[in-house]
Amino acid sequence: MLLVIEQLLNGLQLGITLFLMAAGLTLVFGIMQVINLAHGSFYMIGAYVGATVAAHTGSFLLAMLAAVGAAALVGCVVEILVLRHLYRRQHLDQVLATFGLIMFFNELIRIVWGRQPLFMNVPAGLNKSIELLPGLPYPTYRLVVIAVGLLVALFLWLMFAKTKVGMQIRAGSSNREMIGALGVNINLLYTLVFGLGALLAGLAGVMAGPILAVEPGMGESILILTFVVIVIGGIGSIRGAVAGALLVGMVDTLGRAFLPSLLRTILATATADSVAASLSSMAIYILMAAILVWKPRGLFPAHG
Amino acid sequence: MNLLMTRKQIIIISVALFLIFLPPVALFGGKPYLLSLASRIVIYALAAASLDLLLGYGAMISLGHAAFVGVGAYAVGILHFHSTAAEPLFTWPFLFAGSNNGLVVLPLAALTAAFAALIIGALSLRTVGMHFIMITLAFAQMLYYFFTSLEKYGGDDGLSLAARNTLPGLNLGNPSHFYYLCLAALFVFLFFAYRLVGSRFGLVIRGAGNNDRRIKGLGIHSYHYKLAVFVIAGGSAGLAGALLANQTEFVTPGLMHWTLSGELMVMVLLGGLGTLFGPVLGAAVFLLLEETLAMYTEHWMVYMGPFLVVTVIFAKRGLFGFLAGDKGKNG
Amino acid sequence: MKKLVIGLCALGLMLPTLGFAVDPVKIGMITTLSTKGGYLGEEIRDGFKLAIDQEGGTLGGMAVELLVEDDGGKPEKGKQIAERYAQKDGVQIMTSIVFSNVAMAVVPKIIKENVLYLSANAGPSELAGSGCDPNYFSVSYQNDNLDEVVGQYVTEVGHKNVYLLAPNYPAGKDHLAGFKRYYKGTIAGEVYTKLDQADYAAEIATIRDAKPEAVFFFLPGGMGINFLKQYAQAGLKQTIPIYGPAFSFDERILDAVGDAALGVKNGSQWTHDLDNPANREFVAAYRKAYNRTPTLYASQGYDTARLLASALKATGGKTDPESLRPAIKKADFASVRGNFSFGNNQHPIQDIYIREVVQTETGFTNKTVKKVFTNHVDAYAKECKM
Repeated sequence: MLLVIEQLLNGLQLGITLFLMAAGLTLVFGIMQVINLAHGSFYMIGAYVGATVAAHTGSFLLAMLAAVGAAALVGCVVEILVLRHLYRRQHLDQVLATFGLIMFFNELIRIVWGRQPLFMNVPAGLNKSIELLPGLPYPTYRLVVIAVGLLVALFLWLMFAKTKVGMQIRAGSSNREMIGALGVNINLLYTLVFGLGALLAGLAGVMAGPILAVEPGMGESILILTFVVIVIGGIGSIRGAVAGALLVGMVDTLGRAFLPSLLRTILATATADSVAASLSSMAIYILMAAILVWKPRGLFPAHG
Repeated sequence: MNLLMTRKQIIIISVALFLIFLPPVALFGGKPYLLSLASRIVIYALAAASLDLLLGYGAMISLGHAAFVGVGAYAVGILHFHSTAAEPLFTWPFLFAGSNNGLVVLPLAALTAAFAALIIGALSLRTVGMHFIMITLAFAQMLYYFFTSLEKYGGDDGLSLAARNTLPGLNLGNPSHFYYLCLAALFVFLFFAYRLVGSRFGLVIRGAGNNDRRIKGLGIHSYHYKLAVFVIAGGSAGLAGALLANQTEFVTPGLMHWTLSGELMVMVLLGGLGTLFGPVLGAAVFLLLEETLAMYTEHWMVYMGPFLVVTVIFAKRGLFGFLAGDKGKNG
Repeated sequence: MKKLVIGLCALGLMLPTLGFAVDPVKIGMITTLSTKGGYLGEEIRDGFKLAIDQEGGTLGGMAVELLVEDDGGKPEKGKQIAERYAQKDGVQIMTSIVFSNVAMAVVPKIIKENVLYLSANAGPSELAGSGCDPNYFSVSYQNDNLDEVVGQYVTEVGHKNVYLLAPNYPAGKDHLAGFKRYYKGTIAGEVYTKLDQADYAAEIATIRDAKPEAVFFFLPGGMGINFLKQYAQAGLKQTIPIYGPAFSFDERILDAVGDAALGVKNGSQWTHDLDNPANREFVAAYRKAYNRTPTLYASQGYDTARLLASALKATGGKTDPESLRPAIKKADFASVRGNFSFGNNQHPIQDIYIREVVQTETGFTNKTVKKVFTNHVDAYAKECKM
């Protein structure tokens, strides 16, 4: 039973990291109607900058600030130089241009930081486990990741529901001409939204730094998962991103955790192990295909 | 008959002639290794041109086209595996021990890929836009992980072929023979696809690509037409995969990786979207660029990336459109 | 293609004294320099280059030209490079493929075409057993060796219930099989994870629940970094010790893992602290040239080059495979590993050690703990009909 609770927490934590990535991506798609494969690159930049700053200053907070700052800055530059020219173009052009950006950023990172993975430590004091229930220790740092993710979700909700900028963004997503007519600088607004998306990806990157290997190409593995999340949730919907992220996090984690023992009850051990391993690596893609066949626009379609 | 050729025709004919006369020239010039590179280009051209049917004509942006290349390649690999191993592929309803005969293997590879495309297409085409991009990607990833864990056929390590397929009258181990086989496959496909897009069927596809609602308004079930194109493109990509397996004498799940789908897209766009012939140029340019850039710097991607971005933003018509000076995009 | 024309100037100085012109011996290096595994190829290449540089651009007195190209970890690409080396550049000696799947795509074909291949890393079982070949030499190891040594050690230490973890691909299963060949206790569980998996929280929770006495894992590259960090964060490192082959514990990975790997025992055929003259010289020269401690991959690249040098010297300048093969087989060189000879399948017969991750003032590194196997022969040698 404790094991189930622990695995649920693991699923939640994975889901939250995915949500940080998905929120930015779905925002950008919902508002600018642009598909950005290079979102994973912002995640990687966040992790690299964070790891570097942490190594030199020893401060995790500084690392976080530098990471989100750098990711947001790169995001804004990418928007102004590249993405801005693609808003009215077809998805295909966007896919290709941002595919080119992935190639560029991966190689650039390798030139600047070299080939070997970087090290990033868990912030001092969080390198322990907390006993949540008797017999159920859980890494403190992972709990912090969960908390940060929840805070970001709250922040995004407040921003869209309560602030003027948030309302402008929402208005811009449903009617871009009207919002321009109201005197809002739509170019600036788009740059800022894109920057915000990149910032969230950078945050996800720096938060993942202490848990994962900081290495070139780390953005792509999470990028694909993120796409699965927002497509399941419904592209452009923050609510959908939450639902999709949790669903993917849970299915992936629980599949890996329990499929082997479940299958061992009906199959020979060796067969069960190998079937379970293949099934659990395909599980989220099967989930996604099933949901799209059932609801072609995802669980929470954003508009119309 | 009009004796004056358009620029487009001149380009097509000169490229075709160049491709046809490449082997004797390369052998005479003492550069036989060029043939192997040229075969690769021709095979990728076939895969890219088949993707162009989807991207350029049906506006079906598939980010999973490499899956069909991979299925075609694995068909060759698995049939070869069973033809050399003691164990037959299946014993029921009839005994089939696998095969190394190109007359059996190549069509079977194309059919298997087409069948995969039928299933994937039937499900994916229920969605549109970004969802379609992503669901095709999801299916490709599924197949990628499936073959990665398929231990019997090498899993992630891939599967080696002891020899190329056999064809009566040809020796595929001979680089020239093999090259001409690939070239013939490409020409046949281009001819067929060219006729297809010009037919009534092609009109419906293009109509659905431009404005699906209007086509539906005319009482035409565009879904079936789109699915048919998806299957044709998938089958052709499967043939390309089968040839690729023969060329490298090796099959790996890496052939289904989404980055390969991305690279195929790049070839289509570089060459010229919706031109069928453009992707041939695109494949050549992409592979040659990769080859030459890598000669000067191991960090070639840092140049290739921005080159792509600039091409997308400024050169909308691709290389073929640029050379042909033709504004239309209908082949 | 990146050509590293090394030592041609030195050659220019020497030629007038020799009185005749000799083409440099071309060595075709196919290795992985890009993607996540790019540092592996970098280490091998740098080790190999060091040996050439030390001789002023020659190996065994013969001028050499080292061609280096990146296979990107893709079998198809590796095959292409090999084809070009053979057909365009007329290369007759190739080396340095990092990954077994690339090796299996490239090697069987080129050795049939009478190209000599000296492996500086990958040692797939197929090429050690029935697929052994006079033109193929493994200078590194047979893949399972480093797992076998851990299996033996874990048994000696007295662990009776061990949990196993590897990625779900053939190499993963091979490595676990290597461990099981020498491990005598029971298996608490055996889990195969997704290739390139990032998060191991679910597996770690399952391990905690299974309460094994120890964990053996084979997760090369970034996967190993992720697992080690997360395992330590979950607080399991103190309660359930982990073991693995050296692939997750080379010096460049350790820098990225930090404290999390400290004290972990792992199996390797070489460590920078092995006490023999060749090794002392190698480690010092490598640190001086590249400003870092060499990893086992660098030592393999270096040994490969030195082995080739010994053979070139013995043949007195003959570079055709027929003359070189017997000279290489003698392995008449001072390996940085100490004992080194070739078995019937032309794979190394060598000592294999257990080492431990320690921290020094220069960073994280390994310290040799115990020689577990002396003159170890791989398990496939008897299937080889040579």
